[in-house]
Amino acid sequence: MTVTEIGRARTRKEDARLVTGQTSWTDNIQLPGLLHIAFLRSPMAHARITSVDVSAARGAPGVIAAFSGADFAAEQGSLPCAWPVTPDIIIPAHPPMATDEVRYVGEIVACVVARNKYAAADALELIDVDYEPLPAVLDMEAALAEGSPKVHEAGNKSFVWPLVNGDMDAAFRDAPVVIERTYRQQRLIPSAMEPRATVCEPVGDEFTLWSATQIPHVLRFLLAAVLGIPEQKLRVVAPDVGGGFGSKLQVTAEEFLTVLIARKLGRPVKWTESRSEGNLAVHHGRDQIQRIKIAADRDGRLRGLSVDLLADMGAYLMLVTPGVPLLGAFMYNAIYKMDALSFKCTGVFTTKVPTDAYRGAGRPEATFAIEHAMDDLAAELGMDPLELRKRNWITHEEFPYTTIAGLTYDSGNYEAATAKAVELFGYDELRREQASRRASGDPVQLGIGISTYTEMCGLAPSRLLGQLAYGAGGWEHASIRMLPTGKVEVVTGSSAHGQGHETAWSQIVADQLGVAFEDIRVLHGDTAISPKGMDTYGSRSLAVGGIAVVGACEKVIAKAKVIAAGLLEVSADDLEWTPGRWQVRGDPEQGRSIAEISLATFAAHNLPDGVEPSLDSDAAYDPNNFSYPHGTHLCAVEVDTETGQVSIRSYVAVDDVGVVVNPLIVEGQLHGGIAQGIAQALYEEAAYDADGNLLTTTLADYLVPSAADLPTYVLDRTETPATSNPLGVKGVGEAGAIASTPAVVGAVIDALRPLGVTDVEMPCTSQRVWRAINEAKGGAR
Amino acid sequence: MTKVSMTIDGVRYDDDVEPRMLLVHYLREVAGRTGTPIGCDTSNCGACTVLLNGMSAKSCSVLAVQADGAEITTIQGLADGEWHPLQRAFHEEHALQCGYCTPGMIMAAADLLRENPHPTEHEVREGLEGNLCRCTGYQNIVRAVLRAASEGVAS
Amino acid sequence: MIPAQFEYVRPGSLGEAVRALGGGGDDAKVIAGGQSLLPLLRLRLAYPSLLVDIGGLGELSGVRDAGDALVIGAMTTHYSLIGDPLIRDHCGLIASAAGTVADPAVRHRGTIGGSLAHADPAGDLPAVMVALDATMLATGPGGEREIAAGDFFVDYLTTSLAPGEILTAVRVPKLGHGWGFRYEKFQPTAQAWAIVGVAALARRDNGHVAEARIGLTNMGTVPVRAHAAEAAASGAASREALAAAAEHADEGSDPPSDLRAAADYRRHLARVLTGRALAGAAGLS
Repeated sequence: MTVTEIGRARTRKEDARLVTGQTSWTDNIQLPGLLHIAFLRSPMAHARITSVDVSAARGAPGVIAAFSGADFAAEQGSLPCAWPVTPDIIIPAHPPMATDEVRYVGEIVACVVARNKYAAADALELIDVDYEPLPAVLDMEAALAEGSPKVHEAGNKSFVWPLVNGDMDAAFRDAPVVIERTYRQQRLIPSAMEPRATVCEPVGDEFTLWSATQIPHVLRFLLAAVLGIPEQKLRVVAPDVGGGFGSKLQVTAEEFLTVLIARKLGRPVKWTESRSEGNLAVHHGRDQIQRIKIAADRDGRLRGLSVDLLADMGAYLMLVTPGVPLLGAFMYNAIYKMDALSFKCTGVFTTKVPTDAYRGAGRPEATFAIEHAMDDLAAELGMDPLELRKRNWITHEEFPYTTIAGLTYDSGNYEAATAKAVELFGYDELRREQASRRASGDPVQLGIGISTYTEMCGLAPSRLLGQLAYGAGGWEHASIRMLPTGKVEVVTGSSAHGQGHETAWSQIVADQLGVAFEDIRVLHGDTAISPKGMDTYGSRSLAVGGIAVVGACEKVIAKAKVIAAGLLEVSADDLEWTPGRWQVRGDPEQGRSIAEISLATFAAHNLPDGVEPSLDSDAAYDPNNFSYPHGTHLCAVEVDTETGQVSIRSYVAVDDVGVVVNPLIVEGQLHGGIAQGIAQALYEEAAYDADGNLLTTTLADYLVPSAADLPTYVLDRTETPATSNPLGVKGVGEAGAIASTPAVVGAVIDALRPLGVTDVEMPCTSQRVWRAINEAKGGAR
Repeated sequence: MTKVSMTIDGVRYDDDVEPRMLLVHYLREVAGRTGTPIGCDTSNCGACTVLLNGMSAKSCSVLAVQADGAEITTIQGLADGEWHPLQRAFHEEHALQCGYCTPGMIMAAADLLRENPHPTEHEVREGLEGNLCRCTGYQNIVRAVLRAASEGVAS
Repeated sequence: MIPAQFEYVRPGSLGEAVRALGGGGDDAKVIAGGQSLLPLLRLRLAYPSLLVDIGGLGELSGVRDAGDALVIGAMTTHYSLIGDPLIRDHCGLIASAAGTVADPAVRHRGTIGGSLAHADPAGDLPAVMVALDATMLATGPGGEREIAAGDFFVDYLTTSLAPGEILTAVRVPKLGHGWGFRYEKFQPTAQAWAIVGVAALARRDNGHVAEARIGLTNMGTVPVRAHAAEAAASGAASREALAAAAEHADEGSDPPSDLRAAADYRRHLARVLTGRALAGAAGLS
């Protein structure tokens, strides 16, 4: 009897080392003679560097070397931006260590290399840098105004990227209802729990770089391409990595400099980031101003949507900085039908930490804006916001459906997910309670927020990425290695950093090859072991990497068939595959298990002519479409109108992520994503002062919520398989974070609409809520 | 340099350290107990939580010299041949993803259950207020602690 | 991050500690539990030349019954305060506020003396001490000295302790019959500092509030005593009357504007929370 592994709530293989403290974080790595790097960072948002004197630091106890940008100028190149979204985009030079100008507080200007990190930290204080201050540029609108001080010589506008589909004039001309809104996506700090770290060991002219990265393969390629280190002499290892959420989807100055310092000194070096350093240096997320215009009919039918974005790039374009808002471009129309869509994004330079991908990357912003706008439109029409959504969404019968943005949604069932969520939530009952609290003027008001989201997972069809000017493909790679004893090694190009690939991939392979879950080991995150890959981001691991694993299994099964036929002395055509075994059709006693075939292949005594003695395989998978998870999230909040304090009373999420490989892992991803989305809605914001100093440099200032701040989530699922891949899977890494923010903010505003409040900027802190109430009353702002 | 001696996971260590050395650096770099990671500078994240004389402490906010004579238990010393019920419960309930917060979270949970063997969900959430996790949204962590409690960890 | 270098001594007696501190110059500092100091050291916001570790002085730990008052040793941890039977019976406000400080691990090591001597107006215990009319006991080169709580906090992170003086204990009057208390802490997240906190005490007599005392957290550079609201609360017999009295709570305060809140919002919160705290203290909530 075989048990299907896909769909089982398997506990994770990864946990054994993680719950016992045997994890191999980059900061745990020790090598003989390991030296420690400390970086000196600019305290100025914008300044010309007139001199850097590292001589005193060089003479300090325990110090081996100290360097300024001048020491690397000839070899450090420019940190790469892989996504030049328009032909005329401005991509400024971005030296890993600044040489003549700094453009954000936190930019690296010098470094010390010492025998231990204490000595390195001390010597850092001996470096003398002279700055000639230049004006900080902080506000995007001001940055675009005539006469604004420039972040870069070429100007503050990096690019303008447009998309227009349908007849916008017709949609808006004579439209009975038009609403116009401006929303702000605050700047966020991804805050993976493991701060970044690097170790580089040079041996001769070969280098091994360990880094807390999501993208060892991309990093290796770009280090080779930019620094000219022959790729074959460069090994990149992502050991256990403590979360990323996009923040480790980056090719960083610190990684470049770690390699360059190791090369200069010929000695192994290590850098470990502190949290307060990381808040100044790890790329930030979001930070957009969204101007939205919707045209609709009186009955609520959507006619057209116009989106005009300003996206804060920060001081430089990092790996995919300009592409992030574009990932949202195709999602503003969300699950809704409409006649026309116009999208325009202007990338703006400011003297702040560069932005880049953060969980959802473009899609949370889009989803927030459209869901918020739908609520606003419903209020304008005096219609229940859920009813407005129903009138506009793509019905189950209409799939596959090509949206106004040009994507083809392969499958979905918004009716089913919504119906389930409404019931679990007790929507009607809560509406009744809300009405009675409103009627009685209760100081604690109740609000209900709705997010009927979809998103695109499985980045991405390579051809499409090419059309969007992205610098690489979107495929993924996998190998199967059949070991002589019948056990299996799975090599994946996906680079896990908490997702549970070792478990989920084992489940997939167990079903495909018919071997036991326990007999499978998954290897990843080391370019010497897993030479090919596109790594982990964009909810792509399962929907792309997982399918590559399926392909690799299929190749092994096909090879095994030929070998089995030889061993059984029958024609391959007479064999049939049952999980784990090739057997003679009509005579199932005659057969060979995959383990037997594997051992026979190892011995290679009786292989058919021309069959190579290997039962391994390589496969790469390039998706032909994105996948489109969706769901309905409902949130009820209580707002204390006296203090402005918001507390979440209940949270229901019904998600459709297609076929579920492991429900435990899927739920975990949703929990975490929802929490991060709530954090954006209520708690987190990277704040700057007027001089461009980051005010939220520590976790005492940047408020990542704890267990005591977050609610219990009630989860359920519907399962509408994706039709674009053989497993029917969609992806779930970002869904929670994409869905939850508008549900929570929508609930806050819903609670306050009777008081005249129409918007509360994120995060909806008690102070902002109180001010919004006051302002609506005509009181103090 | 100042002399310190302490017992870490049952093993006695005697060393001369700079007075400014943080306990967590002593654990990781002198004693080689790298199971306890560091997540922040301000004692907010709790990743470095250990038991110091039986009570939870954030080892990044204690000087090694302050722990002179102390008995320290880290995540690496929690299992007694078999996994501690909290380690089992975290595994069974999928209470970890990247696992970086897990050592501190488990040690904080052990302290919580020592103090209150049968907490309510609310008490678990409040009791873990000093430990941040960015992956799990806490729901399964709370479940795991309640599960360990129901299995009678404290006894 | 990593603290800068400092000298370190661990005296065996209070006398030794005072001598060490006196001999350490202007940049010598006392370390108790270290829960306020360590983050400052790690961020290199403080560069002490010498740390005098009073962690080994058992005589500074614990709560003693001194007749009509309790004497709380400076090294008594928040954790101990929360569970101490004398505190619970005679001064529950202290336990209640101590229970809101940071998180359990910090409360295990953080001490009452440390948090008072650190004198952060956003800390919870300073306002409690002001409300309780506590007396600080300090020992320095010139011997022992008593300082009223109201005179102890002189500015942001600054006390009236003289150089070389160590805070050794706090004496708090026992709350007699009829007193109730409530600490209302308003914070953006569970482990964050208070945006505003209100420590309220009320003595009820015959259904009305005979006497109220209110200390405010984070409403100025020092903890603030809300005298006007106290006076207005006297005689109140309903929740509404207490709320009306609380409208005076921010009088005489000078709250900061910072990342968390502007001064006007803090003033508003102080009024609302004082109303709630008084109602709680008076048993009228």
